[in-house]
Parts: sequence; C-alpha cells; structure tokens
Amino acid sequence: MVEYALNHAWLVPLLPVLSFVLIVFLTRPLKMKRLSSFIAVAAMLGSFVIATAIAIGVFSNHEFIEKSMTYSIRWFGMEGLNINVGVMLDPTSAMMIFMVTMVATLIFIYSTGYMKGDPRYSTFFAYLSLFGGSMLGLVISSNLLQMFVFWELVGLCSYLLIGFYNYKVSAREAAKKAFITTRVGDFGLLLGMLFLQIKFGTLELAELAEVVPMFESLGVSAGMLTLMVVLLFLGPIAKSGQFPLHVWLPDAMEGPTPVSALIHAATMVVAGVYLVGRILFLFVQVPTAMTVVAFIGAFTAIFAAIIAITQREIKRILAYSTVSQLGYMMLALGVGSLAASMFHLWTHAFFKALMFLAAGSVLHALHDKADVWEMGGLIKKMPITGWTFVIGGLAIAGIPPFAGFWSKDEILLVTWEWAQHGHAIGYLLFAFAAITAFLTAFYIWRLIFLAFFGEENPENHPHESPLNMTIPLIILAVMATVSGLVGTPWANVWGEWIHYGEVHHADPSYILMLMSVVLGLAGIGLAYVLYHKDANRVWVKEFARKYPALYNLSYRKFYVDEFYAWFTKIFVDGTAKEAYWFDIYIVDGIVNGLAALTRGSGGALRYIQTGKLQTYALVFFLAVLVISVVLTLGKADTIALLGGVR
Amino acid sequence: MGELIAFIILAVCLLGSALLVVTLRDIVHAVLCVILVFFSVAGIFIMLNADFLAIVQVVVYAGGVSILVVFGIMTVQRIDIHNSNTANSRFLVAIPIVAGTFLVAAIAAARNIWTPANVLVPENDIFYLAPILLENYVIPFEAAAILLTVALTGALLLVKEVKGNGNKS
Amino acid sequence: METSLNPSYFIFLSAALFAIGVYGVIAKKNIIAVLVSIEMMLAAVNINLVAFNKFFTPEAFIGQIFAIFVITVAAVEIGLGLALAIALIRKRGTTNLDDFDWLKW
Repeated sequence: MVEYALNHAWLVPLLPVLSFVLIVFLTRPLKMKRLSSFIAVAAMLGSFVIATAIAIGVFSNHEFIEKSMTYSIRWFGMEGLNINVGVMLDPTSAMMIFMVTMVATLIFIYSTGYMKGDPRYSTFFAYLSLFGGSMLGLVISSNLLQMFVFWELVGLCSYLLIGFYNYKVSAREAAKKAFITTRVGDFGLLLGMLFLQIKFGTLELAELAEVVPMFESLGVSAGMLTLMVVLLFLGPIAKSGQFPLHVWLPDAMEGPTPVSALIHAATMVVAGVYLVGRILFLFVQVPTAMTVVAFIGAFTAIFAAIIAITQREIKRILAYSTVSQLGYMMLALGVGSLAASMFHLWTHAFFKALMFLAAGSVLHALHDKADVWEMGGLIKKMPITGWTFVIGGLAIAGIPPFAGFWSKDEILLVTWEWAQHGHAIGYLLFAFAAITAFLTAFYIWRLIFLAFFGEENPENHPHESPLNMTIPLIILAVMATVSGLVGTPWANVWGEWIHYGEVHHADPSYILMLMSVVLGLAGIGLAYVLYHKDANRVWVKEFARKYPALYNLSYRKFYVDEFYAWFTKIFVDGTAKEAYWFDIYIVDGIVNGLAALTRGSGGALRYIQTGKLQTYALVFFLAVLVISVVLTLGKADTIALLGGVR
Repeated sequence: MGELIAFIILAVCLLGSALLVVTLRDIVHAVLCVILVFFSVAGIFIMLNADFLAIVQVVVYAGGVSILVVFGIMTVQRIDIHNSNTANSRFLVAIPIVAGTFLVAAIAAARNIWTPANVLVPENDIFYLAPILLENYVIPFEAAAILLTVALTGALLLVKEVKGNGNKS
Repeated sequence: METSLNPSYFIFLSAALFAIGVYGVIAKKNIIAVLVSIEMMLAAVNINLVAFNKFFTPEAFIGQIFAIFVITVAAVEIGLGLALAIALIRKRGTTNLDDFDWLKW
C-alpha cells in the first residue's frame, strides 16, 4: 500500500480534480446536491488516505532526507528546453500533502453543514474540489513551471470562491482585488522563472538545487542572481500577503467562511512560503535577499498585528492575524531556517483553520452578524465552538503545551541566533517578532473575551452548530494541541526531517522559552483586564476617544488601500489619458493625414487626364525626343547642353 | 550625278506634298496631296532598286488606302469642307518638337561614318524576294494574313454595331 | 549603277517626312487628317528601311521584307482606324478630335 502510494503520488491531486469534473458535468446539472458534497468529501478523504500512506512511506525512510524521490514524464520541449510533468516527494512535500488533505477533508465536511440551503451548493463543492486538486498539485510539483500552472489555478479558485456570493458588490470587488493583486506578484514570478530557465537551462527543482550554487562558473553575475531572486520573491509577497501586497487578504473574507479557513488560512496563502522554501537554495546565494525576506516578514508581522488590535469584524481580525503569522514564516525563511518556517506553517494551519471554522460557526448561529462588539457570552450557548476557539487562542498565543508555542519559540530562537551570528539587524527583527507575539495574544484574547465571555447580547439567539460542523472543530482542536509535540527542542523530530543546510542541534534556550510564555500571558492578561474585568470596556473606549490619530491609524489599516487608490488614479489613469490623447491625435492624425494626402493629391492630379488624344501624343513625342537626345549625345553632353556646370 | 538630280527632284516633290498635306485647310485637297506623297515614295523606292516594293506601294497606298480615306470623308463630312482641316491649339508647341525630332535624327546620321556593302541589289528582286518571304519568314507572313482577316472582321463588326438602332440584324 | 549617294541623304529625307507626320498627328483638328499623317509616318519608315537594305544588306533583302510587313500592317491599321473614326464621328456629330474626350476625369 505504501509502495503503491509512493509511486502513484499523482493520485493525490487527481482525485479532487476528478471530483470537480464529476460535480460539474454530472451531479450539478442533475441537481443532486447531497451527492455533490459526498463525492467531494469522498475524493478528498481518498487523497488523505493516500497522503497518509505517502507520509508513512517517507518518514520511515531516512534516505528521503537527503534525496527526494522524483519521477516525471516529458510534457513538451524543443532544442535546449525540456519541460516535464512530475512529482517530487520529500519530507517537506509529504508533510504538506498530509496537512492539506487532512485540513481540507475536515473543512469539506464542515461545509456540508455551513453551506446547507445555499442555492449554489454543488458549485461550491466543485470549486472547492478544484482548489484542493490545484493546491495538492502545487505542493508535489517537481518543476517550477508546473508549480506556476497550479499557482495560477489556486489563484483562479480563490477568485471564484471569494466572489462566491456574487450578488454582493463587495464580494465581487474583493475577488477582483485578490486576483489582480496576486497577478502583480505573478508577473515578477514569471519573469524570474524565465531568467532561471535562460541562465540555468532548467526549471526542475532537483537539478536547479545542484546547478545554482555554481552560478559563477556559468557566467551568471551576482547582480543577475539578485535580480532573479527579487523577481521570484514578488510572487510570494503577493500570494502570502506580505506588505505591501497584503491588501487583498482581509477583503477576501467576503467569501464563505470555509473558504477563508481553507484558502486564506491553511493552504493557499502558504503557497508563497512553500515556494520560497523550495527555492531556498537560490536565496541563500544572495545574502542581501535573505535579509530583505526576513525584514519584510518581520515588518509584515508587526504591521498586521497593530492593525488587528482595533478591528471589529471577527473574520477580519483573523485575516490580519493570518497576515501576521505569514510574516513569521517569511522571517524564519529569511534567517535561513526552513525547519522553523515549515513547522510554524504546520501548526498555524491547524489552529487558524480551527479558529476560522469556529468563527464560521458563530456567524452561522448569529445569521452573519460579524461585529464582535455586538456579540457576547456566546460560550454559554455554544460550548463546543467556544472552547475549541479558546484552544486555538491558547495555541496562537504561544502557551505550552499547545502547538503554537513550540513553533513560535523556534522562530524566535533562530532569529536570535541569526542576529548573534553577525547580523545586527536581527536584533531589530527579534524585537519585532517579540512585540508581535505579545500583540497576537492580545488581539486574539480581545476577540475571545468580547465574543465568548461577558454579558450576552439580548438580540442574539445563538445555538450550537450541528455535528457535521462541530466534529471537525474538535478534531482540529486536538491537532492544535498535539501537533507541536513533534518539534520540541528536546526531541526535535521535525528538525531532523525537514531542514535546509545543517541540522539545528542547539541546546534549548530556557530563557527564550520563558520569555515567549511571559509575552503570551501578558497579552492574555492585558486583554482580560481591558475587555473582561472592565465589563463595560470603558477604558478602551476612553483611550480610543482621547487618541483618535493612533486609533485611526490602526483601524484604517494604515491607509494603505487609500494610498493605492490615489496612486492608481493619479498615475495609472493619468498615463492612460496621455496615451489616449497620443493615440487620437498623433497616431490617428498620421494615418488620417496620409489618407487625406492621397485624396488631395489624387484630386489635383486627375486633371492631367484630359481625355484628349493629341495632348497625350504630344507628351509622348516630347519624351521620346528627350530620351533620344540623351542617348545620342550622351549624358554629359546633354547636361552641358542644358547649361549645367560639369 | 544623274542620281543626285533624281534624288533632289523626288525629295522636293515628297517634302512639298507632305507640307501641303499638313497645312492645307481643305481636307479633300489634303488627301489628294497625300496621294502625291505616296507616288513620290514609290519613286524613291525605284531609286533604291526596290521595284517590287514600289509597285506594292502604289497599289496598296495610293490605290487602296487613299481611296478608303476619300470614301471615309465623303461618308461623314457634313459641314463646311473648306475649313475642315484647320490646325488646333497645339501647333505652336508642336513645331519645336518636330524640329527637334528632325534635328536629332539628322545630327546622328551626319556624324556617322558609313561603310556601305558596295554590292548591288540583284536585278530580278521578286525572284529572290519570294523564296525568302515564303521560307525564312513564313511565320510572320502567315501572321500577317491572320491579322488582315481579323482586321477585316473587326471593321465590319465596328461599323455594324453603330448602325443598329435597336435593330439587331 | 554607281552612286554618290550615301545613306545619310535618305535618313534626312525619311526624318523630315517623319517629322512632318508628327506635326500632323499633334496639330490637326480633323480625325481623318490625323490618320493620314500616321500613314505618312509609316511611309517615312519604309523609306528608311529600304535605304538601309540597299546600302547594307542588298542580297539578303531584309529591309524590303520588313517594309512589306510594314505596308501590310499600315493597311490594316488605316482600315480599322477609319471604321472607328466613322463610328465616333457618327456618335458625336463632329470630326474635331478635341471633342472626343469621354475618357477624362
């Protein structure tokens, strides 16, 4: 079974795609709703089983650490260009498909409850299946072009799913925004890939890993390599919501909550992080680029965290939290630790998906009321939702033994060590990361205290969600608790399997662990004081009223969206107007002018045609005379005859 | 010596009639002068030992072409015969061109140094012309025949179409 | 017969006749006069041909053969030309060549 799975890993993305095809062509036209979701869940469950088998196969064979298992067939190519379609199995990709299929299966089951009664139920599962297939295909791709194809596909599915409620203008706008913003990044990514192909002659990941370190001998200058890296990094900046292309992620919350959980928390947004992880061998050749990656990551983390502390909609808070945690992952990659980054990716998938699904449960119960200030005391009527959310909150705040503690601590550790090894800026980044840890705990527990504890809002009539929605919550809560235990500093199984470069065998730093726990508890404590003990939340409201500038900076997302709108209006529209003017007056002017010239000259010259035969004959003979004179007397004599100087 | 005198007489006759053709106002007089031109040309041919050609010239041109032209004039000329052949507005422009044409040819000819063959043309030239025409040049000969046939048919067709006034005979 | 004539005399003659013919073609109003002038031009060409025949290729008769063909074609052309001219004159009612300007702008 394991052998079969390892050799047929392409089944993992194929099953959801088949489900998509079946739903689109069979069950949706026949209006068999329950069958659609059944097929989708079954396909994803099948992929999960195969992925588990693959994981077992990979993690029981130490050979995989050094050498991945790759098999591919030729897709197309010509002289000097060879593009294959293939599968690459190594610990990282095995972990990813295991996580993606597990989370996706749970979310699919959840969706059967959440989307019940929606008129486009089958379509939703079709889109979800296509997305699942695309994401899985992306993860096991063996070359960059194939990965890019799936990258675009997940972008497409994201567009389709964000704009699922297409009767809402805000949803349509958000879908467009997501697609266009990620397109900006894809442009850089494609250019970078072209460069890679031209300079190194291959896009296969395994081959590139060998060829790139020898870049100087291939005639690629350091500057050219930096350019490639910068271009390639644009893709992940957009896809993983790093500053400044993070603007689409919060708006993407317009989609149904399962979509937010699956795509914008656990899977698609981490595609960027995954890509950087896959081509880390390229980044390490350009140390400056690594520093840039780390800086962008840390800055995004703290930036998003500051915005999250004042947001009111439950999903927005979680969206900014996702941006912030993605920043953590990028930071880890920037300081060179693939292990820490992937570890945080793994734990984050579970607790963030958990929190999103719980939020969805709340929205479902309150009929889409999203403002946390209008909720309260929900834990009494919705105990499962509430307590699983609490577990998620503990995980993200970094409280041991929950998962988030181990991964966040790992990131802080590697950042500190990087700073110690001669990168002074690392201390600043460490400070960012630490402050973000505090803020993270604060804003999540602000949400928890405001929504789940405190006085109940008499307008709300919440009820616990049905089983098909709560069971996934419970399973995810279990994962959020235990998934971190594979990477504890004392028994770092994770670091052994997934790493880049040397294995990190440092002593566990108790000071750092203590510090992160303290930060987490401080955040929770502050939230408790401000939002729970202070029942009417007087103090925070006073603060917001007294310092409106600070409040607005945070609440209005640092005005980034407004800046982009202004920029587009001035530059893009302005340039368009100039180009339009040029086209109308100059280009069309030339063309029309030529036509007018032809018409005018034709109109003037036609009078030569008098119709009188003898005039024509006259001209004839005149010409014959001239020619004969020239020929008999020779050219020079003729010119002399005409009085010329020669 | 005699040759020269003959040449001069013929030349004067020729050029004089030609000038009369293009300057006379009355078209019928002009046509009569052109008959004179053709006769002079025949005379020159005889001077050049081309007797067969001279006879052909008289028969075809003076006997055929000119009569045809006279018939043409008689058929169409309705108005004022005496003023029917005036010069048009271009005659001032035409004179330099004409003079130029003559001068170019004359200058070119005068400059040249001739090396004539110094062999006499055979006496009985028809005897020699016929085989050459019908053996070496038989294809142009036949083509000329076809041309004549076509022209005849064409002329008939042209005249016939004009006559039909709805009457397709 | 011995002759002191050389080809240049005949070329002058032929050129003069040709020039007069050109004048007739360009500067005469009557269509029929133009046709007649064209005939004169062709006759001039014939003189030229036969002169060259006598002085340069007397035994091969090239010039005379050529002149025969020229006469043939000239006859054909005058026949057709007159037919056309008659047709035109009947249509327009005038023999003035300047009036036949249908093919103008």
